[in-house]
Amino acid sequence: MCGIVGIYLKNKKYNSQLGKFLTGMMNSMATRGPDSAGFAIYSSEKKKKYKYSVCSNTDQVKEISKKLSKQVKDIKVKSISDHLIIETAMKPKKFIEILKNHDELSLVGYGSCIEIFKQVGNPKDVVKNFSLEKFSGSHAIGHTRMATESAITTDGSHPYSTGEDECLVHNGSLSNHNNLRRSLQKKGIEIKSLNDTEVAAGYISNGLSDKKSLKETLLDGLKDLDGFYTFISGTKNGMAIVRDEIACKPAVVAETKDYVAIASEFQAMAHLPNVNSAKIFEPEPGKVYSWGK
Amino acid sequence: MNLNLKKESLRKVNETLQSIDRKSNKKIFKISNPDGNHAICAGLKDEIEVTIDGHTGYYCAGMNMNANIIVNGNVGTGVAENMMSGTVHVKGNASQSAGATAHGGTLIIDGDTSSRCGISMKGIDIIVKGSVGHMSAFMAQSGNLVICGDAGDALGDSIYEANIFIKGKVKSLGADCEEKKMNKKDQNILRSLLKKASINESEIKNFKMYSSARKLYNFNIDNVSEY
Repeated sequence: MCGIVGIYLKNKKYNSQLGKFLTGMMNSMATRGPDSAGFAIYSSEKKKKYKYSVCSNTDQVKEISKKLSKQVKDIKVKSISDHLIIETAMKPKKFIEILKNHDELSLVGYGSCIEIFKQVGNPKDVVKNFSLEKFSGSHAIGHTRMATESAITTDGSHPYSTGEDECLVHNGSLSNHNNLRRSLQKKGIEIKSLNDTEVAAGYISNGLSDKKSLKETLLDGLKDLDGFYTFISGTKNGMAIVRDEIACKPAVVAETKDYVAIASEFQAMAHLPNVNSAKIFEPEPGKVYSWGK
Repeated sequence: MNLNLKKESLRKVNETLQSIDRKSNKKIFKISNPDGNHAICAGLKDEIEVTIDGHTGYYCAGMNMNANIIVNGNVGTGVAENMMSGTVHVKGNASQSAGATAHGGTLIIDGDTSSRCGISMKGIDIIVKGSVGHMSAFMAQSGNLVICGDAGDALGDSIYEANIFIKGKVKSLGADCEEKKMNKKDQNILRSLLKKASINESEIKNFKMYSSARKLYNFNIDNVSEY
């Protein structure tokens, strides 16, 4: 099972309601994945600033902030449930090295506009814990997980992010992820968990760092990734969806002049404005669809 | 009678439709706000007419017997799966496995269907005015699948005794499915199906028929090296 959702707003007037829309989508997909949930929100880019989404296993936020501010100048820490959003001008390479010295913190994603939150538990509780309703932004991607490939932990939850402002959610399972993981790790892509989707995220990061477009990378993936999948991938410019050639895993797209929404089932979009007059279609197998700036 | 799925639970609505007082004259029902819910109108067994205004989720009108169900919208996976009799008319598109394993009745889809339309069909008549996705009529045993548009890959793979009538292009045929010449009897079947879906009968000449080459029915010693 697993439920995947994504929404890209074409009309800025809805930006303040992005979190509200995604909350409804995640809630109705809770039945497809009751084990854990996560989401990535893209908001406007902050020039020369990076946001690091970090999961912490301690509630001593103040002490962590103090410790970090000794090592990093000009740091802003925002705490939401068990996550911290750390904002600083420090470049990723350096900051990630510093984070590695803090065993109580694990990085879930970073970039100039992405924020990622994920947690074990029923999606309905998870979105409440992170107050998803209050978020605004331009596009967002979410996942509700029914665990198959790896343990029910925050590490095993989606979305996966293996590059700046990138994220991936997946409905399905990959069968050649161990081999691929090894070859990607040799190329220097960091993959932390034993999960199959993180390998696919790493595969996309590798493609993008080779200066390929997201569309080209996903098309290459049809040859290299063996298994069943519907992927929704996000970048700071937009989002894309691809289904494997067998297309066992569902997906439906609703497009209006104001937004594009993707979900595993139509019921996840039934609450969106004017959805009944939207252009509704199922993505064809082996074809990449993308929307963005 | 109007049934509003925003006000009443799906279970209540289905129970109402499944337990009709046969002496009463109430035969026409309307369902509003389906909002993609699953199993709407599943297991109906009386001669009633139900109109669903909006898009439905999985298994809409599943196991239908006798009822005439109209959907003013799209349907999810498995519409009219395992239908026994009656009619289901979808005004929009259908997702995967439309009419799967259905024994009888008529399923009309005005739009397109995605993959595996009529998978393992056992006697149903399916008429799709648009196109169908890959693996349609996979292991179809009996009944007729009429496609006015095109078909995706592997049409009629491992088909038994069902017939496929298609007007558009076939991307590829599945194993053991081949084109057949239409005889008078086949033409009459197609004519009556087109009539049911209000399609002009003169279109018959534009259709081709496909069914089983019957080469997979028995073990062929020449293929022994394949196993």
